[in-house]
Amino acid sequence: MDFDFDVIQRSLPYLWKGFQYTVQLTGIAALGGMVFGTFLALARLSSIKPLYLTAAGYVNLMRSIPLVLVLFWFFFLVPLILQAITGADRPPQVGAERTAIITFILFEAAYFAEIVRAGIQSISKGQVGAAYALGLTYGQAMRLVILPQAFRNMLPVLLTQTIILFQDTSLVYVISATDFLGAAAKIGQRDGRLVEMYTFVAVAYFFISFTLSYFVKQLQIKVAVIR
Amino acid sequence: MNYNWNWGVFFEELPGGEATYWEILLEGVGWTLAVSALAWIIALVIGSVIGTIRTTQSRPLVALGNAWVEFFRNIPLLVQIFLWYFVVPEVSAPLKAWVVQAEPSHVQFLMAVIGLGLFTSARVAEQVRAGIQSLPRGQRAAGMAVGLTTTQTYRFVLLPMAFRIIIPPLTSETMNLIKNSSVALTIGLAELTFRAREMGEYTFNFFEAFSAATLIYIAIAMTANRVMAHVERRVAVPGYIAGGAK
Repeated sequence: MDFDFDVIQRSLPYLWKGFQYTVQLTGIAALGGMVFGTFLALARLSSIKPLYLTAAGYVNLMRSIPLVLVLFWFFFLVPLILQAITGADRPPQVGAERTAIITFILFEAAYFAEIVRAGIQSISKGQVGAAYALGLTYGQAMRLVILPQAFRNMLPVLLTQTIILFQDTSLVYVISATDFLGAAAKIGQRDGRLVEMYTFVAVAYFFISFTLSYFVKQLQIKVAVIR
Repeated sequence: MNYNWNWGVFFEELPGGEATYWEILLEGVGWTLAVSALAWIIALVIGSVIGTIRTTQSRPLVALGNAWVEFFRNIPLLVQIFLWYFVVPEVSAPLKAWVVQAEPSHVQFLMAVIGLGLFTSARVAEQVRAGIQSLPRGQRAAGMAVGLTTTQTYRFVLLPMAFRIIIPPLTSETMNLIKNSSVALTIGLAELTFRAREMGEYTFNFFEAFSAATLIYIAIAMTANRVMAHVERRVAVPGYIAGGAK
């Protein structure tokens, strides 16, 4: 078998573009997912029943179906929903890349919500009591007392989940978005060089994920010592 | 919303006329379950071996186990499946010879099972290692003290306890495995999600098709959950593991 290194070099600018999209998608989905996930977690821990039930239902639904199916769902639903909101005559063209961003924020939020919930529950009840005793409102207690401590405890898990998310973004391939893997697949199919492109992508993903996991492990040790 | 509802679409026939839509969805469920079941066996067997050798005193074995887990955990599942389907046959002549003349669905099935099985084996190995290491140190020492060999200590003392402890995390890995089997559609395997999308493309009743697939996935996940909970109750050590049968 002849391994053609040249095809990788020739396509590096295109692959770089795809990679940038992968990083962008990971970053936006992680941030958006954490923000939305935190609200979901708070809703799930709330004593207001409809709020609690809605959040629990959302999280459980998202966690019980495959990400591939969720991507298909949103690829189909997002234009219809936008059309319903804007009242346009025909569904607007959203594009696979933007659909993927919306999907990943909403999907990852369910996973982040579970992490945040566990983080909040790991804070002792006395902290909440103390915050209320000082006269803080619910919002202040969460923002100033509970969440800062919870996030510190959760940090390694949140970062690990982000590494998983980074790997999972490769699934946007199923809606033909051009991420890192998508770019490699397109070139590989055009030039008949799938072996080279997929091997390169695998090696790149491995080194990035491995390095990031290593740093998370170091961080975990640090955080554990502080506690 | 501009959408033509048609819940009766499941009983309509495909353009070819050889089957109805609910029949091909069911066929998809069959592939999903078959891939998941075989991959689960591979994952459990290899994951147990790898996880166990990572807790031994032998440095080369530990290094091998660590390398296995890092390799399969740090490459996205989709990329791994592409490696098995597109790359491995190109570098192995005998495999290539088989792939060329074999039924495409057989090749897709085999590569999906291997890819998914090995991917999950790394996760199972992590759980098994954690399970063994969560046991009190005295258990290993006690095994040695009564004159058991290392193999016997693992076989009769450590592993029986470790496996019981890790049933809950193994349950979630089982659910993940079933969900992950949908990734096999990228190499053309006609499993449930593949069939749901196909049905949507033929009929434009995406909503009905995806709803059916969603409900089926939920049903499968709930069933798997029940089965594992039953196993957990059956093998619980009285008075030892929280959540065991009382």
